[in-house]
Amino acid sequence: MPANTAVTPSTLSQRDLPWQIDWDIQTCTLCGRCTAVCPVNAIEFGTFRKRTIFTPPLGLLDKRTSDKPSGQQDRPSSTSSIYYGIRQRTDPAYACIGCAMCNMVCPNNAIKPHKSESTDLLRFHRDRGGQPRTRGGRRNAGDSVLDQIKFMRISMLTDPALDAGRHEFELRTLIGRILPPAEALKTQRENGWMPPVREIYPLMIGSMSFGALSPNMWEGLQMGVAYLNEELGMPVRMCTGEGGCPPRLLRSRFLKYVILQIASGYFGWDEIVHAIPHMKEDPCAVEIKYGQGAKPGDGGLLQWHKVNQLIAAIRGVPPGVSLPSPPTHQTKYSIEEAVAKMIQSMSMAWGFRVPVYPKISASSTSLAVLNNLTRNPYAAGLAIDGEDGGTGAAYNVSMNHMGHPIASNLRDCYLNLVKLGKQNELPIIAGGGTGKNGNLAANAAALIMLGASAVQIGKYIMQAAAGCLGSEGDRCNICNIGRCPKGITSQDPRLYRRLDPEQVAERVVDVYVGFDTELKKIVAPLGRSTSLPIGMSDALGIADRAAAERLQIKYVV
Amino acid sequence: MCRLFSLTSSVPISPMRAIEALDVMKEGHDGSGIGLFLTDLAGPFQDCKHLPILSGIFTHAGLRRMEEFMSSQGFTPKFRLTLEAEETPPPGTPKRDVYLSQVFEPPSAWADLAPAVREQELTKTRLALRHMGQAEEDIVVFSFWPDVLMIKEVGDPMEIGDYLGLDREEVYAGRILAQGRQNTNYGINLYACHPFFIQGVSTMTNGENTAFVPIKEYLGSQGVPGYEGYQSDSEVFTHILHFTLKGLGLSLEAYKHVITPLQDDDLESHPDRDFLHTMKQACRRLIIDGPNCVIGCLPDKTMFMVQDRKKLRPGIVGGRPGLFAFSSEACGLDAAIPDRDKSKDFQPMHLDTAIVSPDCQEVRICRQTQPLPRQH
Repeated sequence: MPANTAVTPSTLSQRDLPWQIDWDIQTCTLCGRCTAVCPVNAIEFGTFRKRTIFTPPLGLLDKRTSDKPSGQQDRPSSTSSIYYGIRQRTDPAYACIGCAMCNMVCPNNAIKPHKSESTDLLRFHRDRGGQPRTRGGRRNAGDSVLDQIKFMRISMLTDPALDAGRHEFELRTLIGRILPPAEALKTQRENGWMPPVREIYPLMIGSMSFGALSPNMWEGLQMGVAYLNEELGMPVRMCTGEGGCPPRLLRSRFLKYVILQIASGYFGWDEIVHAIPHMKEDPCAVEIKYGQGAKPGDGGLLQWHKVNQLIAAIRGVPPGVSLPSPPTHQTKYSIEEAVAKMIQSMSMAWGFRVPVYPKISASSTSLAVLNNLTRNPYAAGLAIDGEDGGTGAAYNVSMNHMGHPIASNLRDCYLNLVKLGKQNELPIIAGGGTGKNGNLAANAAALIMLGASAVQIGKYIMQAAAGCLGSEGDRCNICNIGRCPKGITSQDPRLYRRLDPEQVAERVVDVYVGFDTELKKIVAPLGRSTSLPIGMSDALGIADRAAAERLQIKYVV
Repeated sequence: MCRLFSLTSSVPISPMRAIEALDVMKEGHDGSGIGLFLTDLAGPFQDCKHLPILSGIFTHAGLRRMEEFMSSQGFTPKFRLTLEAEETPPPGTPKRDVYLSQVFEPPSAWADLAPAVREQELTKTRLALRHMGQAEEDIVVFSFWPDVLMIKEVGDPMEIGDYLGLDREEVYAGRILAQGRQNTNYGINLYACHPFFIQGVSTMTNGENTAFVPIKEYLGSQGVPGYEGYQSDSEVFTHILHFTLKGLGLSLEAYKHVITPLQDDDLESHPDRDFLHTMKQACRRLIIDGPNCVIGCLPDKTMFMVQDRKKLRPGIVGGRPGLFAFSSEACGLDAAIPDRDKSKDFQPMHLDTAIVSPDCQEVRICRQTQPLPRQH
């Protein structure tokens, strides 16, 4: 029988989609909230026609017919009725993303998505128009070496035992070039130039740009950070990401809690440069972005969906155009030259009072960049972003299949510094999938003991502080098109007004205070409390011989 | 946990006095080893005070190899003291061939060397011997320095003291550091026994250094001859002190600021806050986290005790002019100097460095919140 609708190569059935909608006619009140909230219009109001056939029981039919007068036969018949409900669209452009916002707003739990048990066929059809798939989020892989690491050097000799609740702790870290002791004392004695160093909390909010995040999310994060600093005394810092910074923030006292980022697109940098004479405070630091763990080798990518008037104004670009940053600094001859010149000029902009450091993707070049930095007196650190890092927009293939895990890359870098006798002189900031399975404190502590001076989180804070729905199971992850169902990464006021900045701020504070307790619970039994246990690799063990050898930590089973 | 005892006296005294004090504190250590650092020596060593003394344990073959090496380097052997232990060693102690303390005349070419270079050369000679003995374990060298004797052995301190006859006058000394060992994290090894020594600086530690690995990695990467070995997590304390004094040119008062810097609030109100702030940042890699009590002796024969930031280990200082002791426990102090004024005993807390200067007249307390004496 021929199909009565067009069946093309890309025609998919509901079964072929990664997420399917279960809708219960019995409990649905047809209020319409689910269709209104769905960010990708995967569900729509449906009018269904139902045909009911009446067939008299066998045997009765003939008898009745013969008994009745002519024209009153009780024959098989059909009637049609109309009912209304929810229809899932199967057009690949509107495939359900599993965000479950429909379920969240449904008064009766009458609707919910569930993940297909088999391999979906949508993945073969996502490049319609010849455009490979782009998305936000993290790599679609749930495993993490960091989660396998145990802390096993428990100091049972400490008597009385250190306790996270009872002892004083000073778990701060330094960002900035730290001179070797003899040189530092000599410089001070001679009133020489001392590289700027900031004492900060070791968990930083990593770079997420003002264009990537919604104004409400951005404001919530900034308010949370300000509260942590000013009310709780936790020197938490947040990086802006490329794309500039709201002018009022640049001119406010809160700028000292902010790390400004400049990347190869120089987006928003004009705004920052113009604000310098009016700055009441120096920013905490300047981060120069060369690469990002989620899309190594790619530049930034802000798609046109999110470039509204406000973002366009701040970035100094026309609205409604996609803004990819070139992956390298196009004006520079080589990465060595780029690093040196950028650090020099950024340092100069603030009179050498602000630490300037580059951020790169964890890669085979990490060591080369690091070695370069050790010989650059103005370099204030190195941020390395591992393959599990998150992003607002990247090609799926970059995110899933490219990059270097953070653990071994960081370890290589740290041990290289040890070999040079410069460990912690050049702080390493590690990021990329920290806490991706929810174990934030354990992952961060493992990174610190592998050699990181500080740890950056981005996706985690969105998940924890704003309820980001994205997961490593390819759920949601539509940050790129500005349709974020929670309003976190959207520039559309109809979406971002769903997010209350006050509540985000409250959650940021909760996350940090909770993290702080957990970090203490990890380091106290190891006998550490007055200095961050950077490079304390004797505390780490892993039940994977190859990983243990590679990371130079203990193999324990 | 180890037990520590040290004596600083204006007249030479027997090391057995310190060992007896350790014995009183025996409940606190398992008797798995004893280490002694003796300086301000009396007896025959007094006559050659400026000549380096090699202290170590040798097999007969090792002794020959050492002699050949020293001769090839231009050293001339002078006075030699061997501890003859004829009878069977106490349980747990191996039978050794020679416990040696040998004075050497340095090569004549050394006469023109600057003192700092000379010190380096002595250290390098000790390290060369240590490396020579590593494979066969036929040469074990603890120190090679003027006016310093070091004796270490595995076993119970009191039994070893008797076995080696340490009550002899040849080893009387004005400054004695003694440690009764309890092995904790690492295997039993002669080199792991406190006190540790480098270029006139010696310390011993009571506790566990939880920041050992990062500190070891840092010191080991600084290219300073002698910052190596590390059979014990406590050895880094000696090297940090050496680094503070000789690498940074600071005084003993600064040592506590290196290993346990003040917290930010205290630092803010400190008269030397800029200097200390710089030091805290630059020396952050050397911060210890305890629990530790460190007792040590400087090249000028100053003796001191410091505590970790949380003061999680016992430590007490007391005595009378002419004789002071630093002890892990009060009972050890009572045993060694019963006739002191106990009301003047002092237990250093988390900010204190207790110091007895070479004149041995009083215990001086230096608090971290006080102004530092002028450095450099």
